[in-house]
Amino acid sequence: MSAPQSPLRPDLAAIAAHVAPGSRVLDIGCGDGALMAELESASGCDARGMELDGALVERCVSRGLSVVQGDANLDLVNYPDKAFDYAILSQTLQTATRPDLILDELLRVGRRAFVSFPNFAHWRTRAALMLGGRMPVTRALPVSWYETQNIHHVTVEDFRDLVRIKGARIERAWFFSNEKQIGAPAANWRAEFAVFELSR
Amino acid sequence: MSYPSLVYRIPHPLPLDSGQVLENCEIAYETYGTLAPDASNAVLVCHALTGDQYLASPHPITGKPGWWERMVGPGKPIDTNRHYVICANVIGSCMGSSGPASLAPDGQPYAMRFPVITIRDMVRGLVALLDGLGIAQLHAVVGGSMGGMQALSLAANWPERAARVLVIAATARHSAQNIAFHEVGRQAIMADPAWAQGNYYDSDAKPDNGLAVARMAAHITYLSEAGLTEKFGRRLQDRDAKGFGFDAEFQVESYLRYQGTGFTRRFDANSYLYITRAMDYFDIAEEHGGKLANAFAGTQARFCIVSFDTDWLYPTAESRHVVHALNAAGAKVSFVELSAPHGHDSFLLEHDQLDRVVKGFVE
Repeated sequence: MSAPQSPLRPDLAAIAAHVAPGSRVLDIGCGDGALMAELESASGCDARGMELDGALVERCVSRGLSVVQGDANLDLVNYPDKAFDYAILSQTLQTATRPDLILDELLRVGRRAFVSFPNFAHWRTRAALMLGGRMPVTRALPVSWYETQNIHHVTVEDFRDLVRIKGARIERAWFFSNEKQIGAPAANWRAEFAVFELSR
Repeated sequence: MSYPSLVYRIPHPLPLDSGQVLENCEIAYETYGTLAPDASNAVLVCHALTGDQYLASPHPITGKPGWWERMVGPGKPIDTNRHYVICANVIGSCMGSSGPASLAPDGQPYAMRFPVITIRDMVRGLVALLDGLGIAQLHAVVGGSMGGMQALSLAANWPERAARVLVIAATARHSAQNIAFHEVGRQAIMADPAWAQGNYYDSDAKPDNGLAVARMAAHITYLSEAGLTEKFGRRLQDRDAKGFGFDAEFQVESYLRYQGTGFTRRFDANSYLYITRAMDYFDIAEEHGGKLANAFAGTQARFCIVSFDTDWLYPTAESRHVVHALNAAGAKVSFVELSAPHGHDSFLLEHDQLDRVVKGFVE
């Protein structure tokens, strides 16, 4: 018996809709466990989570989810190879110390990976920088440069490059603007958020 | 008011890690709530070093409330309206289960003739009790400190006996520092002339002074430096100025002496030797080929590991070590480090977050 949940964030909903039922899933940076709860209840997945913030971990555990308080930069190393069908990293890549190494770890512990991130090349961000001459504070990136956790801003095209360099494959991609899914054309201009499904 | 415990006599010799066996071993225990007809709602709570089976009912000697009444009872995080909660005195202790103060077959107290036991031996006793109660699988096993070690030992050695394993402020092995503090306590007891090589049960003099010092030293390790400073600072006890003597002039000295003497009224010095030794021997990895992950290979249980940020006795790093092993074994595990000012003892104190974690996990 669970309390009514608010609808999933669009990037999480896209991931939830494309995880095969009954999969083993690791959600890295799982927050309050919204995606995990959805995957367990709707798709019968075996979902595990990792989250840095102890207060969020407590909320997850108290709703019956299996979540470890840990740092993706340090603690992924303890999971065996291909321990999961999917490793999910939602809106956390840009906060990692070394996003490239995290991507390696995702594709090591998971057979497939979902990665979502805010696209720094969205036209609003470009406009803020080009016209305003200041670090963008936008709907998708609402925190000022001096207190944001986003230390590695990334664009859709940058991410595609990194995937290529890593020898990984993009299986599918979804793009979002204003909470709605949009088409792939000119996504690097038009998308506020992107979700990629990867394999290696 | 007295609450005489139930006593279960294990109907077979209990084999021990030392190679010895314990005949006619008795386990004193308390229960709360009602066992479901299919025995599916049992929760075993394991007690700490100086704890006992009086989990949620008054202690017969001190008259104080049960040691975890905050956590266990009707409507509490471990809800006795839903669960049948069992708490048993560990073997080696002194509240009714077989220990050094118990009578050996020759009619005299065992004293130091009692076999040296381990945490796994304590759990063997608990498993025998579960057999006696007809409980094939626990809904959950829960423990803090040494209780957490028992929970881990049960999960590692009898993996089919518990569906959920909740380990609070514990460790999978005793560190050199842990052993060192225990050795101070043991030496304090054995240096007390009244200890008499453990044969004090018929004597008027008991090694209370040694046991009190052991408790004082250990008690410091259960608290945090900040907690002690906040509670006592450098404040003086019942005086306005230093007395240039060796009375308990500081409040913290007075408090420790009170803790020490209070402890001697309810605890047996030889039990303190045996249980601290059992804890010092504790190293689950060693029992499983040197690799902690091996201890949990193939487990189907769900685990929840909780540490406290100010606990320097069993610091968070020890809990993480367990979590990493469980991850490597593919076990379903949760882990959270809670913030609390009071060090190791935080698991016994008021803590809303701990309550929510326990409730969410055990439910």
